[in-house]
Amino acid sequence: MYRSNVLVCGGTGCTSSNSLQIAEKLKEEIAKNGLEKEVNVITTGCFGLCALGPIMVVYPEGSFYSMVKVEDIPEIVEEHLLKGRIVTRLLYQETVEKDTIKSLNKTAFYAKQKRVALRNCGVIDPEKIDDYIARDGYAALGKVLTEMTPDEVIQTILDSGLRGRGGAGFPTGLKWKFAAANDADQKYVCCNADEGDPGAFMDRSVLEGDPHSLIEAMAIAGYAIGASKGRVYVRAEYPIAVKRLQIAIDQAREYGLLGKDIFGTGFDFDMELRLGAGAFVCGEETALMTSIEGKRGEPRPRPPFPAVKGLYQKPTILNNVETYANIAQIILNGPEWFASMGTEKSKGTKVFALGGKINHTGLVEIPMGTTLREIVFEIGGGIPNGKKFKAAQTGGPSGGCIPEEHLDVPIDYDNLLAIGSMMGSGGLIVMDEDNCMVDVAKFFLEFTVDESCGKCTPCRIGTKRLLEMLDKITKGQGTMEMLDEMEELCEFIKANSLCGLGQTAPNPVLSTLRYFRNEYIAHIVDKKCPAGVCKDLLEYTIDREKCAGCGLCSRKCPVQAISVTDYTAPGKRRPALEIDAKKCIKCGACMSTCKFKAIYKA
Amino acid sequence: MKSLAELQAIRDRAKANVALRKENPNAARVLVGMATCGIAAGARPVLNAFTEEIAKRGLQDDIVVTQTGCIGICQYEPVVEVEIPGQDKVTYVKMTPEKVVRVVNDHLVNKNVVTEYTIGAIEN
Repeated sequence: MYRSNVLVCGGTGCTSSNSLQIAEKLKEEIAKNGLEKEVNVITTGCFGLCALGPIMVVYPEGSFYSMVKVEDIPEIVEEHLLKGRIVTRLLYQETVEKDTIKSLNKTAFYAKQKRVALRNCGVIDPEKIDDYIARDGYAALGKVLTEMTPDEVIQTILDSGLRGRGGAGFPTGLKWKFAAANDADQKYVCCNADEGDPGAFMDRSVLEGDPHSLIEAMAIAGYAIGASKGRVYVRAEYPIAVKRLQIAIDQAREYGLLGKDIFGTGFDFDMELRLGAGAFVCGEETALMTSIEGKRGEPRPRPPFPAVKGLYQKPTILNNVETYANIAQIILNGPEWFASMGTEKSKGTKVFALGGKINHTGLVEIPMGTTLREIVFEIGGGIPNGKKFKAAQTGGPSGGCIPEEHLDVPIDYDNLLAIGSMMGSGGLIVMDEDNCMVDVAKFFLEFTVDESCGKCTPCRIGTKRLLEMLDKITKGQGTMEMLDEMEELCEFIKANSLCGLGQTAPNPVLSTLRYFRNEYIAHIVDKKCPAGVCKDLLEYTIDREKCAGCGLCSRKCPVQAISVTDYTAPGKRRPALEIDAKKCIKCGACMSTCKFKAIYKA
Repeated sequence: MKSLAELQAIRDRAKANVALRKENPNAARVLVGMATCGIAAGARPVLNAFTEEIAKRGLQDDIVVTQTGCIGICQYEPVVEVEIPGQDKVTYVKMTPEKVVRVVNDHLVNKNVVTEYTIGAIEN
């Protein structure tokens, strides 16, 4: 029996900053002090506050150590674990208040969160099935198999109002109902773990921190629709997630929670992993299933929908990881509990991956209907360096930018669509005054042009032409007519593309045109980039009154574009320098090296 | 797994370890003095005795055992403080693993302070 538990984050973020070495060093120091029977070290999934990683929490005190270094471990073990003196200096400073230490749940980052899908992340050891069972794991599967009919399960999910967390927000219960209604000798339950949106990593965190919640939910779905086989399509770029999920599947088989005659009820269910090679289009349901079948990942027209003809032409349901992570909780706590959270049409909670210009980079789970202002400025800790908020991008390459005027809109599926963005999988990238919105639109469009599978013309050629126009604008070669042409082309691509990739690809362009048209006009008419990002519209100049002629910039310049003039400013000893605009490649090296702040870009 | 009872058995067995991993503001707290003086006087076996006794009785959800530094009465070590929410703090002195069993049973479970082990009894 341990008296203390030390939880070390083993998510991808903290692992990349040495958390596994920290866990090793902890075990070593604990053994050195003879505490190995008293203190248990557990490697968990993601805590969410990735900006402060590596993260380590000591219970029962609940002390939250942030940005831990391997060198700090001997001190923490000797002082805190052996003598009971918390090393206040190394704690997350927001939890330290004068002489007392606040509970982590009272800090700005955690106070407004409500963890349902992430309930076990950062609590259990994802490689131990017993930890999951201790937190009521597999109780929902037991309840479903012994007390409920498949129809009752589907009705429960329908009543909860759960909608797909992967992007479009289709009601999950309805999907299950359609697949259950189709008779077939074999049906499939699939999971989309091909998290492709740049900036979204909630699915990875669930797989890494709580893989059994996915297995349990897929078995429940199998019972509901009458399927005995499951497939998880997961990116090969998520090695930790793949490893832990495979361990979890093996453990579930060993316990007989996957396999034949589960709980002695005669229900059979088993599942396998399929690794994806990282093509964005394989997040689209028909392309994903085609890829699982071993063919090139290309979408096909719907209907027939997967509920009728899906994987191997059999009725199939496909849900995203975060959607599945809610299922067991809905079964255990009842649909009313789930429906009591959120807004009228969007129930429950949603995980957002905060990134970009924000202080608390990481994962947050909040009830639907929370405003963007609360997410960015309260939970996210605001914008670094006192910069001004410009926009938040949601929905990745399929979504749009939300300007400041909509900061107080309660976030749910329908409200985001109404303001020209979308929920997507929940990536939320914050942009400040230094971001050029034309450049942002170009960035996302470059991504979709690269990732377009090429099967249908509107997407393959349409997005390419759109990108060419954007590129001209960022080079100062745009015309005002181009803006109308772009809008027309966007609508055409949306209306005619085969799958979701093309249908949503123009969204970043449309939403920036809608809210930041002035920036486009500045690029076209004034030939200026107001944020100072688009290189071709920039000019670096040296203020000859401020230049001390030290020559530092000319030594840094990679193309020898800086030379000495014959002008010496009053009070300076050496002549000022100047930049030859024709040679300048606008790398900015001179500006960042100048000690006299004499170089400007405009 | 062939029955829900099997799952229940695993859950009961595993629960004890996971129970530690949350903050429970309503839990009773047992603070064992673990500064140099306390450790030298034998605080470690006392601390372990508390952990084991509480685990044996399945009280991990309601009682937190933790260490604290020196509280300045080194001659009375090992010193243990018991805080039950809504009640006065009780300080036990010169604790031993044998005394722990009685403190858990009488004080923590049945809410009767073991007066003869407290600092008040010794000082008189």
